[in-house]
Amino acid sequence: MTQPFRTAAGGHVDRARAIPFTFDGKSYTGHAGDTLASALLANGVALMGRSFKYHRPRGVLGAGAEEPNALVSVSRGGGRFTPNLRATQVELYEGLVAESQNRWPSLAVDVGEVNNLVPPGVFSAGFYYKTFMAPAGAWKGVYEPFIRKAAGLGVVPREPDPDHYTHRYAFCDVLVVGAGAAGLAAALAASEGGARVIVADENPAMGGGLLDEPDLAIDGQPAAAWAAQAVATLVARTNVTLLTRTQAFGYYAQNFVGLAQRLTDHLAALPAHAPRERMWKLRAGRVVLATGAIEQPLVFPDNDRPGIMLAGAARTYLNRYGVKPGDHAVVFTVDDSGYAAALDLARAGVAIAAVVDVRPEPGEAAALAANAAALRVLSASVITGTSGRLRVSGAEIGKVGPDGTVRPVERIACDCVLMAGGWVPAVHLFSQSRGKLRFDDARGIYLPGEPAQAQLSVGACNGAFGIAAALAEGFAAGGAGAAPAVSGEIAPMGGGFQGAVPHHRDPQKVKAFVDFQNDVTAKDIRLAVREGFRSIEHVKRYTTNGMATDQGKTSNMNGLAIAAGALDKPVPQVGLTTFRAPYTPVTFGSFAGHSRDHLFDPVRKTATHAWAQANGAVFEDVGLWKRAWYFPKPGETMHAAVARECRTVRDTGGVFDASTLGKIEVVGPDAAEFMNRLYTNPWTKLEPGRCRYGLMLNEQGFVIDDGVIGRLAPDRFHVTTTTGGAPRVLAHMEDYLQTEFTDLKVWLTSTTEQWAVIAVQGPNARRVLQPLVDGIDISREAMPHMSLREGRICGVPTRLFRVSFTGELGFEVNVPADHGLAAWEAIWAESQRYGMAAYGTESMHVLRAEKGFIIVGQETDGTVTPNDLGLDWAIGKLKPDFVGKRSLTRPDMLKADRKQLVGLLTADPAAVLEEGAQITAEATPIRGRPALGHVTSSYASPAAGRSIAMALVAGGRARMGETVFIPMPAGPIAAQVCEPIFHDKDGSRLDG
Amino acid sequence: MLLIRCPVCEMDRPELEFRYGGEAHVARPLDPSSVSDQDWAEYLYFRSNPRGVHAERWRHTSGCGRFFNAIRHTVTDRILATYKAGEPKPDLATLTGETGR
Ligand SMILES: [Zn+2]
Repeated sequence: MTQPFRTAAGGHVDRARAIPFTFDGKSYTGHAGDTLASALLANGVALMGRSFKYHRPRGVLGAGAEEPNALVSVSRGGGRFTPNLRATQVELYEGLVAESQNRWPSLAVDVGEVNNLVPPGVFSAGFYYKTFMAPAGAWKGVYEPFIRKAAGLGVVPREPDPDHYTHRYAFCDVLVVGAGAAGLAAALAASEGGARVIVADENPAMGGGLLDEPDLAIDGQPAAAWAAQAVATLVARTNVTLLTRTQAFGYYAQNFVGLAQRLTDHLAALPAHAPRERMWKLRAGRVVLATGAIEQPLVFPDNDRPGIMLAGAARTYLNRYGVKPGDHAVVFTVDDSGYAAALDLARAGVAIAAVVDVRPEPGEAAALAANAAALRVLSASVITGTSGRLRVSGAEIGKVGPDGTVRPVERIACDCVLMAGGWVPAVHLFSQSRGKLRFDDARGIYLPGEPAQAQLSVGACNGAFGIAAALAEGFAAGGAGAAPAVSGEIAPMGGGFQGAVPHHRDPQKVKAFVDFQNDVTAKDIRLAVREGFRSIEHVKRYTTNGMATDQGKTSNMNGLAIAAGALDKPVPQVGLTTFRAPYTPVTFGSFAGHSRDHLFDPVRKTATHAWAQANGAVFEDVGLWKRAWYFPKPGETMHAAVARECRTVRDTGGVFDASTLGKIEVVGPDAAEFMNRLYTNPWTKLEPGRCRYGLMLNEQGFVIDDGVIGRLAPDRFHVTTTTGGAPRVLAHMEDYLQTEFTDLKVWLTSTTEQWAVIAVQGPNARRVLQPLVDGIDISREAMPHMSLREGRICGVPTRLFRVSFTGELGFEVNVPADHGLAAWEAIWAESQRYGMAAYGTESMHVLRAEKGFIIVGQETDGTVTPNDLGLDWAIGKLKPDFVGKRSLTRPDMLKADRKQLVGLLTADPAAVLEEGAQITAEATPIRGRPALGHVTSSYASPAAGRSIAMALVAGGRARMGETVFIPMPAGPIAAQVCEPIFHDKDGSRLDG
Repeated sequence: MLLIRCPVCEMDRPELEFRYGGEAHVARPLDPSSVSDQDWAEYLYFRSNPRGVHAERWRHTSGCGRFFNAIRHTVTDRILATYKAGEPKPDLATLTGETGR
């Protein structure tokens, strides 16, 4: 297939290599070195997308990261699909499959284009806020589906991403961002003395604007050749790392810079196992920003037709890729850089129909060159409109009078319009680094002010426009060498015209686009100001100007200037919207790196995990732990399994893995005093060999943890915590030990993973353990409830607790974790003589609820006191102080209507309440009256033979016997308030 | 990501290794039982929350595990000094004078 707009020679593409690709299903051919945009232009494809709101046909506007229009989706098969890629940055490879977006059924015939014809106002500024206000409910049924179908950008990938992504931490003395003239110069100079330098550039080849300057010579060498030599010099230096295809997307505190490096997207054949992208987390001693400038479009009516692009982009297409933007061009310029484009294009055989210059006079060098090339220059002129449907076919020219009014003069036929609206420094990263910008009144641009970090901006991003100026600043920033001589340059001057171009037409009837990606027009911005918006941050959000994926790279300054004009204020007084990371979109994969699937979070497994798996356990996640939830027999439902497990525990016994309980060893001469201060209970008189239920409060007096604590020796406690609370409790203890109770000699050690814990519960528990213990008398008399013995079990050392979280006779066998499985298997084998069951966390919950034992985090929510829970008995009232004690007598803590823990029995014994459900005094809740409380635990209880529940209810202990209601979608459920205990109220079963 | 100097390890380490711990130099009353309800509520819940330099607690959780104090500017996020728990608060005027803006 021919490429009608490819020049005969020139550019940096490899013309010997033809690269086939498809766009919207149609086959084309480009060359190695092309982007998708340059290859499509070479093939005469100007129409590349549809706009967001009005579905207007759009072509490419820019040639790089600033591109707002030509967004495409690229699919590679096998789940590899990336939407919203800028065609200007998609490198061509053999077999590339790209699709346009935001159109249906096809790019040329798009149903949504009717949006362009709807009455003015429907899609105007703030349309999101106005159009969808009323009637209530219409959003979900009418507007949202319409918006979702008709608008929006690319579609979300449906399949899991098969690629993997990697992260790298790195350090360097100097980071140079951008490898154009200024960046290369800075890198050369900075690395000369051996400093570690990293250079990052978003493009596949380094050189930036040097690649677009055929007439320019540096030290007598063509600019591109000078760039190649500079890169070769840097490559040869071992202290330099060059990163291409790498976007510095975010600039954070202390010179911490995020770089997103694309590794494989440009390859036709993906290497096996290679990561797709690498995120660099870089800390630099010094940062040199050489991020260049972004040319701005001109805001005139119908400035968005395919074929209308930035003049600098046209130069890039011509000089870098050997592609003409069209055959007949009108150049619309506000500074000399439009002339540079006109001259390049004219020499390549593009007919320059006219250079339309808003200024009364062009610059001197530009005028001379234009004259020499016999260009038709229309000074003090503007474009007031364009024609053409899927590609521009003509431009209306107007003459600007001395009073600023515009008079129509002629129509010029063309197939492309090049806009040179002035260059705006890319200060995004500087601004992200918290440097303050300053406004250059003379040129109408924002420039970097004083840096906030060890950093320097050089070249066009610092307002030093043109290659000569960029080289000079770059070498100076690198601190070595003089800049080489530059000849043959028509340098842009920066800034230039901003705002809307004047015209003679009815402003209500034309669309002059400011933000191409979000379809925001000059009219929208003026309307926002008329409606009272003053701050540019509000204007931005109301109009959505600059809020699309390009973040206003080509719209912020024009939008600001239009708002300033409407407010009749100077630009710097209107302000500037905040620049935020990322500079260009970064994939989620890149941020996630390897943190996905099984590497997303560590998985913690207990010693018996494999046994539980082999015995059919269903697991649940508790924090990072995998815990056996229940052990269904073949064909058994969860409900049936849990009921069987619970009954078996109470009838004969059960075995349960409690290893995930947090464990902390508290050791030292002041261990008891430390425990006195950290727990509500008294510890001084607890004898070694005994245990106590400990309750921990925060200083505000609220319960934060609980657990059984054993005293091993006068100076040694074995503390257990809730499964989820272990790290928090240790941090809480350390905090007080290190910062408040610094007089205490105590050491804290986490021992959670050192001990496997096997709970043996039920009337036969003692019989099971009897033959397995060695040197421990576990008889009823020798080892009472809440005692602790050290010795051996199953041939290994143990800390054996006699405790019960079921209300039955119970032991908890602690053995070194490495012996956990062997001990479990021995105990299990013995337990089978009594027909005992393995039980999981669900049965554990039911069994403890039947006894009214709380679970911190289920019965508590950070606002619950010991008294609320009926746990006053756990408070050492004679202790002068403990953490949280003083708060317990604050007035709010003593109120009678605090929510208190109670039991609930539903009127229908089969009704199991929903945990978290609200509780009211009336069957039909009264509007405006707060709920009494909520259900904290609820189960079908085999022991009670009915449903049971616990709840926090306002003034609950004074409501015994009262009926309350739990309003549910199917109707209110009545329940009676009762004591929160449902089985063995006198505790007679504890001794078996 | 901030680099924070742990005064115990005497090393600059990434923020990820640390856990924030609220305002520093809020001492727990030695005898809470003698503190009025109002004063106790102030101790529990009222903090200075300045726009500017702030003395605050940090813990080198994934390092030495020690709590220490830092002087941080809440607008610029710059940490002007770190020092061990129990050491007096540095003179802020000297600090801000020494380190400039
Ligand atoms: Zn440390």
